[in-house]
Parts: sequence; structure tokens; C-alpha cells
Amino acid sequence: MGEKISKQFDPKTTLQEIEDQFQMFQILNEEGKIVNEEADPKLSDEELVELMTRMVYTRILDQRSISLNRQGRLGFYAPTAGQEASQLASHFALEKDDWILPGYRDVPQIVWHGLPLWKAFLFSRGHFVGNQIPEGVNVVPPQIIIGAQYVQTAGVALGLKKRCSKTVAITYTGDGGSSQGDFYEGINFAGAQKSPAIFIVQNNQYAISTPREVQTAAKTIAQKGIAAGIPSILVDGMDPLAVYVATRDARQRAVNGEGPSLIETMCYRYGPHTMSGDDPTRYRTSDIDNEWAAKDPIVRFRIYLEGKGLWSEQKENEVIERAKEEIKAAIKQADETPKQKVTDLISNMYEEMPVNLQEQYEIYKEKESK
Amino acid sequence: MAQMTMVQAITDALRCELKNDENVLVFGEDVGVNGGVFRATEGLQNEFGVDRVFDTPLAESGIGGLAVGLSLTGFRPVPEIQFFGFVYEVMDSISGQLARYRYRTGNTYSMPVTIRSPFGGGVHTPEMHSDSLEGLMAQQPGLKVVIPSTPYDAKGLLISSIRDNDPVVFLEHLKLYRSIREEVPEEAYTIPLGKADVKREGKDLSIFAYGLMVHESLKAAEELEKEGYSVEVVDLRTVQPLDIETIIASVEKTNRAIVVQEAQKQAGIAANVVSEITERAILSLEAPVLRVAAPDTVYPFPQAENIWLPNYKDILETAKKVLTF
Repeated sequence: MGEKISKQFDPKTTLQEIEDQFQMFQILNEEGKIVNEEADPKLSDEELVELMTRMVYTRILDQRSISLNRQGRLGFYAPTAGQEASQLASHFALEKDDWILPGYRDVPQIVWHGLPLWKAFLFSRGHFVGNQIPEGVNVVPPQIIIGAQYVQTAGVALGLKKRCSKTVAITYTGDGGSSQGDFYEGINFAGAQKSPAIFIVQNNQYAISTPREVQTAAKTIAQKGIAAGIPSILVDGMDPLAVYVATRDARQRAVNGEGPSLIETMCYRYGPHTMSGDDPTRYRTSDIDNEWAAKDPIVRFRIYLEGKGLWSEQKENEVIERAKEEIKAAIKQADETPKQKVTDLISNMYEEMPVNLQEQYEIYKEKESK
Repeated sequence: MAQMTMVQAITDALRCELKNDENVLVFGEDVGVNGGVFRATEGLQNEFGVDRVFDTPLAESGIGGLAVGLSLTGFRPVPEIQFFGFVYEVMDSISGQLARYRYRTGNTYSMPVTIRSPFGGGVHTPEMHSDSLEGLMAQQPGLKVVIPSTPYDAKGLLISSIRDNDPVVFLEHLKLYRSIREEVPEEAYTIPLGKADVKREGKDLSIFAYGLMVHESLKAAEELEKEGYSVEVVDLRTVQPLDIETIIASVEKTNRAIVVQEAQKQAGIAANVVSEITERAILSLEAPVLRVAAPDTVYPFPQAENIWLPNYKDILETAKKVLTF
């Protein structure tokens, strides 16, 4: 072997050199201290308080959703506790007209983007009204097919580019999702078309019971961006400031016409995969849970904000009370939504009903009139 | 009017719609500067620019996702899947996503997408190029599936498909691309989706067919005429939804029917047609409705196409069984 080729095949050089470039980006450490002064986004006091408010609110939303699910008052629910920085600080870097293509765990982002909470609850229960997105709210319903949101995001981003719109499309998947073909096709299309897309991988360490290491031999998921030739970064997903900055910068590059970015947020879900029977004690030890509990995004942000005199127990309690009240009202509104009829489902299939459905519509209309 | 082959009529339809609606986008593998592997998009990039007619990376699923995303931003995508045997790569984007978007969003988002794709046997293609997979598409609520058999139908149906605000799968038979020429109007015109066409009127037997099998059925009908039988040939044109009215009216007139498809007997859509007839017109039938279809094997190796694909002789044989039942 010639010198050049043997160097390329030497795992200690090429691979190591790549991995070395993906050091975790952090601004706020676990003790709530700024450890990367240079990268501090210097958000205004109001912005810092608003971001904390949303994170606390969403933690309560998660607690209430789990409890409402247990009471049978919600259906499908994928817990979010632990991912508040990853979900909400990335969303905080967006503008109103940006598009969000969420995965099934990404309900908080579309709620903060404008989807009414009662509709999010109807999504959980399985009612079409929950997915009737209000006009002007640029989101699609949570995607169940893991990876599909990635290829669709490449399409939305290309559409925005063709419209010369200074906006972006952002999408989210998990660590397991990075093994899908659509994950690669999505980032590769957006790269080839230099589209304004932000691809986020929320690496919460487990795909149901399967640990991250079983998905890939790659040391980081961020480095998979190299395969698409797009910039990528590994971020402390429990650090709201780091997630915010990474997303803000990706957005800036995208609207400047520099193409898409891939962001891996290293985070953790404290709860089960979903409320549909998953038991994390089968595959996770309490040691790991405790290790990640020490990294809690709300805890470190609270310390940081209290240090600046921007947050207090009283303020936090006000947010909690408001969240509980709004959740109660939203559940009530969901309860009051008329039940679905087969004729509704038929009517939503096509703009113009084909003959087979016209026939079935009449049959069900007759049944429903009895 | 101009004499056109089916592939020319398709190009013409695309040109009409690119001109008519600035939201129409044509994209796929090699559809741009190359003009498509069958020249179906020849000259379009030159005329309308790379923003309207463009090549994509080689990934069918990504192409499907692109169509979904472009629809969300108000475009009217007309993507191409190079051969329909490659649809398996994009089944989720078509059946799992495009077909369901209007329903899953309670009628708030629509997907005005037309997926063009060639298929069909008789030209010795390599593996997975000629398979008839319309049956898979016809089973997915939310789609419409269109299969033209003539240049005139191809243009009118493609324009209607592109203008439709719901997803349409538009399948183009490889053997029909250049085998027939006919008069095709130069201006834009439409043919309603879901409407069959009586290609030949008759009194003794109805043959329901689509794609290449329409022409094989017409050939069989001519042979049968020599033997004194008057045969009606109905080109379904849209295989989902079926034109029940035309099908039943024909059966009620002739009292005998066969359904002809190129797909395997366990595939295609012939069984649907038979069911609709037995549910709606059993009292008109003098004989069971029989099917002409390919054997239930994987699509043949190229050298075996001639012994495997259904042709007018198979149609004749089955027609006689029904006529003499």
C-alpha cells in the first residue's frame, strides 16, 4: 500500500480526526454557570424569562399529560420531560413564518408555534379536528413514520427557497431515526439543493429500549452530516443557551442561502418512550437516570436566572398555576368537541368525492340520521 | 391537430400545464437536461428553466418527500418515478403520506401531486422495470390511478391529473409510448378522471381492459366479429375510482363480460371490476365474468415475456368460453 492509501485506512487518523471535530458545544454547565462566554447569545432579560417560562410550562404539560393519559382522558402520548432545552430553545430561535415538521414527540414545539393546546389534546386522543392546523400556523401534525418528516422537510425548504422566502423549515427526529434511509435522503437532498432546512436529531440515548450504540458505530450522530456534505454540530441538549445558539446560527446560514445544517442535541427523556406500555426499568438503571437528572435543563437554567435576579420560586409557581389552568380549560374544550362521524371522515378524503365515496357517504348519512 | 405518439402527447400536456400554471414543477431522475429516459420531458427544461424542470438525486423516497414538501408551500408537483418497479422505495411517501395528507389534516392541507411513471411489458426490459403494480396503488384510499392507452387520452387525462387537487398516480405503458400515432389537439383539453371510454360498441360481450390490453382486446374483438360476435370494448382509463355507471350499463346491454389485465391474476384490479358487476348486475348475467390475466409468478425474465404476457389470443379464448357458456 502506498503511503497515501495506508494513511486513509488507518483508523487512528481519518476517523479520529473526524470524531475530534465533534466536541460537545456547551454554554451553560450543570451548575448554571456560563462556561463559554464568547458564545453567550446575550438574550434580553425578557427573552430569558420567556424561555424559562416555556420550559417550566412544558414540564408541567408533560406531568399533566401523563396523568391525564393514566386517567384515560388522553390517548397516545410520548413523554417530553428532560428534552425541554432541546425542544423549546431550538424553537425559540425560529420566526413565526418558519415551518416545523415535528416527530411524534415534538408536540411542544408546534404548540408554542401556534397550535392551540386543546387541538394537541385531540391529536393525542385521535380526532381529526386536532390536526386541523389554524391558517398561518406553519406546522404539520406530528409524524408517526420515523424519517418521513426529514424528506418532507427537504421539500418544504426547497419550496421556501423557490418562493425566495427568508424563512426555514425545521424538523426533528430521535437517535434511532438517524438509522432510517429517509434521514439520509432528507439531509442529502437539502444539501444538494442548498435548501434552508434545519435538521435536529434529539439524541435521548434510547430508541424505545435500544441504546444509541446499537444504532451505529459512528461516535456521534452529528458527524453523519458529513455524508451529505452539510455543516453539523453536537450540542449539549440539556443546555438551553447552547441549543438556542446552534439553531439560531443554522437559521442564519439557511436564510443567507448557505444551505441546511444538522444539529445533534445530546439529551435524555426521563419518562418512558410512550405511555403505550413501555417500561424503561426493563432497559435503564436508576444510575443512568440519576446521572441525567443531575443535568436537568430546568435546574441549571433556574440557577442561572436566579443568579441574575430574573427568576424566583414565586414566579415559577405562577407559571405552574397558569399551565395547570390552561391545561384544564384545554381538556374541557377537547371534551366539548363533537364526536367524529364516518361522513366527516369521508368528506375529508378528496376535494371532489369519487363515486365509491359518494355511495358510501349516502349509506353512512342514512345510518347517522337514525 | 397534429399526429402524435403517446409520449409526444404526454410532453405536450406537461408543456401546456407548465405554461398554464407557474406552480407546476416537473422533477425526477434525468428529466431535466436529458429530457427523460424516454424523452417524455424533452425540451421542457430548455423552455421553462431549471427552476421549473429539474433533476434530483437518485432516491425515490426523497423525490416523494420533495413532492409533499413542495405541495405544503403551494406548488403543484409533477414528479417522475423512472420505472414503476421502483415504487417500493417510495411507497411510504405515496401511500403513507401523500394519499393521506388531506384526511389527516382534516381537509386543511392538500397534495395536488401527479406522479408520472412508466411500466408495462413487451419491450424486454431488465428486472423490475415492467411490473404492473397499479393494484397496490388502487388499494390506497386517497389516491386516484390513471392509465391511458392512446395519445389523445394521455394528453387529456394528464392535464386533468395535474389540475386535480388530490394525488394522482399516472401510469404510462412503455409499449404504448411510440407504437401508435393519432390526431391530438394542440391546445389544452381535459378528460374527466374516473370516466371510462367505450372504444368499440357491441351487443354480445363486454370486454373491460386498460393499458396495452385495450389494444389486444380491440384486436380480439375484430377476430370475434369475423365469427359473428358483436363485442364491446371498454377502456377503463381510470382504474381507481372505477366508472361503475359505464361498466354496468355495458353489462346490462351485453349480458356477458370479461375483464382483461396485464398484471398477474392475484394483482391488478380485475377482481374489483368482477365484484362490482356481481354486486350490481348479477341478474343481467348470462355467464360468469371471467378474467384474463398473467400467471401468478414474478414478472418474467425478458426472454419469457412472449409466453407469459396475456395477448389477444388469451382474450379470444376467454371470450369464447363466456360466449358459449
